[in-house]
Amino acid sequence: MKRFLPVLAVLMVLVAIWYAAVAPMNIRQSLDIAERGGVAVVPEGARVRSETSVWELMANNPGEIAGGYALDRPRLPTPVQVGQELWKTTGEMALRGRALSKRSLIYHGWITLQSTLMGFALGTLVGILGAIGIVYSRTMEMSVMPWAIISQTVPIVALAPMIIVLSSQVGIEGRAMPKAIISAYLCFFPVLVGMVKGLRSPTAEQLDLLHTYSASGWATFFKLRLPASVPYLFTSLKIGIAAALVGTIVGELPTGAISGLGARILIGDQFGTPLAIWAALFAAAILAGILVTLIGWLQGLAMRRMGMRS
Amino acid sequence: MSMTTAIVFWLLAWLTNAQLARSGWHNHRLVRIFVPLLFGASILVLWEAAVASFNVSPVILPAPSAIGARFLAETATLWEDFVQTVLKGALSGYLIGASAAVLTAIAIDRSRFLTAGLLPIGNFVAALPIVGIAPILVSWFGFDWHSKAAVVVVMVFFPILVNTVQGLAEASAMQRDLMRTYAASYWQTLLKLRLPAAMPFVFNGLKIATTLALIGAIVAEYFGSPTRGMGFRISTGVGSLSIDLVWAEIAVAALTGSAAYGLVALFEKRMTFWHPSQRKK
Repeated sequence: MKRFLPVLAVLMVLVAIWYAAVAPMNIRQSLDIAERGGVAVVPEGARVRSETSVWELMANNPGEIAGGYALDRPRLPTPVQVGQELWKTTGEMALRGRALSKRSLIYHGWITLQSTLMGFALGTLVGILGAIGIVYSRTMEMSVMPWAIISQTVPIVALAPMIIVLSSQVGIEGRAMPKAIISAYLCFFPVLVGMVKGLRSPTAEQLDLLHTYSASGWATFFKLRLPASVPYLFTSLKIGIAAALVGTIVGELPTGAISGLGARILIGDQFGTPLAIWAALFAAAILAGILVTLIGWLQGLAMRRMGMRS
Repeated sequence: MSMTTAIVFWLLAWLTNAQLARSGWHNHRLVRIFVPLLFGASILVLWEAAVASFNVSPVILPAPSAIGARFLAETATLWEDFVQTVLKGALSGYLIGASAAVLTAIAIDRSRFLTAGLLPIGNFVAALPIVGIAPILVSWFGFDWHSKAAVVVVMVFFPILVNTVQGLAEASAMQRDLMRTYAASYWQTLLKLRLPAAMPFVFNGLKIATTLALIGAIVAEYFGSPTRGMGFRISTGVGSLSIDLVWAEIAVAALTGSAAYGLVALFEKRMTFWHPSQRKK
């Protein structure tokens, strides 16, 4: 409760700021609609108003401010509007048994989730294998590690359209795989770095002890290095899965995808329906929260099973 | 170049690297730079040979030499795009976002309640796909670089904020007590102890933010831009099948990303020379 209260208070302040910002953001649109509906507004004409500051408009037309909170296609929707849209495209459709219809965010979230998990699995695999290679081979460490760091300074979005073109030419069907590659690209690095740290975390004494047992390389790896790396692994998996989701959505944005949360953002932009964009953004945030919480829960479980303090 | 030659070259390069890594020189600075460079070069040779020997159409994957030639032929275009996307969009957004984040961190740091409330939220938001906000900001701020800078501001703000807040808590109670015995004021403690102590964390955030800034500026251009800019050129280049130009833009983006990261790392070395992670081994 002690940790919960400040978060709640800050969230409420943020929502209050959001609400307050809606009035100046939407006043022009609200006045345009009111004027078309025959209401007298000051000053008249959209062109004149575009040169007047929003504060002046609000002071001159206090009656029309409320209109800005109930627009169909607002520049800035209110939190309630976003919540309603989110509910309309998820819960309400699920109640009517159409949870997997193409208009529902559950369907699009599922598409995004699939690519995210594929990319996450791929990225985790590459990250762990790379870390093992780096820990055991100095050649690999010296030649690959700098490139792994450089790979993360390359803006992946620049590559995203090329990955889609390439994989469709190579004969990979569908859009799930290219998106997964992009998310694996973002996801492997934290796992790699975390695992290198983790595999190197056993102390010299512990390694010496296994040496006195005459333990083989395999035994040292499976009985000491791997278990010792688990806490590091889970910490980086939490970063990795969030990065994988970012990767999938980035992969959906510039590539003309038709399903997935990123595609909903894209389509919402093309059709001028800001509410759809906002709902998709919040759905992505909720998905990220669920995924990170899930990994955190798995971490606690694994730690307890292994007898470590979580 | 045939595929066999390329594979032989790759093997030789790997053996050379293995020898160098095992030799007594492996911690020498030149070797540390040479080994990854040779590895990178061998990958390029493999790529070149694969494109030549499998007759890959340049529309699918152009050879590195073709990309290099296009790069040299189109420097004027590439420079124009660089100015539009990096200098105008990404850099201005980065500077605004970073200074706003550091100032916000200092402001909320005075209240423990605010810090406790904002830190979890900031951590969560920093992990979200904030790039998705790009179409909204493009519709708010127009097609030119201002909207790109706005996207960059939002994207870099949270990682830097979270890191700075954590860094400001880094000075130990002992150190603060020492400042108190000197009768140092809040601002003196902040400037002489807490901000310097926070610098390794701030730089960590700044380094993460360099890549985010480029991603934000490029993605925002996919949602509308004037007829220049790296994102614009990439999306139209894919459409018009001038793939070598797209790869040249990717090369510019990669070089810019690495250079920006290196620049921040250099500043970090200068400013946090006292930190254990920066000491000479």
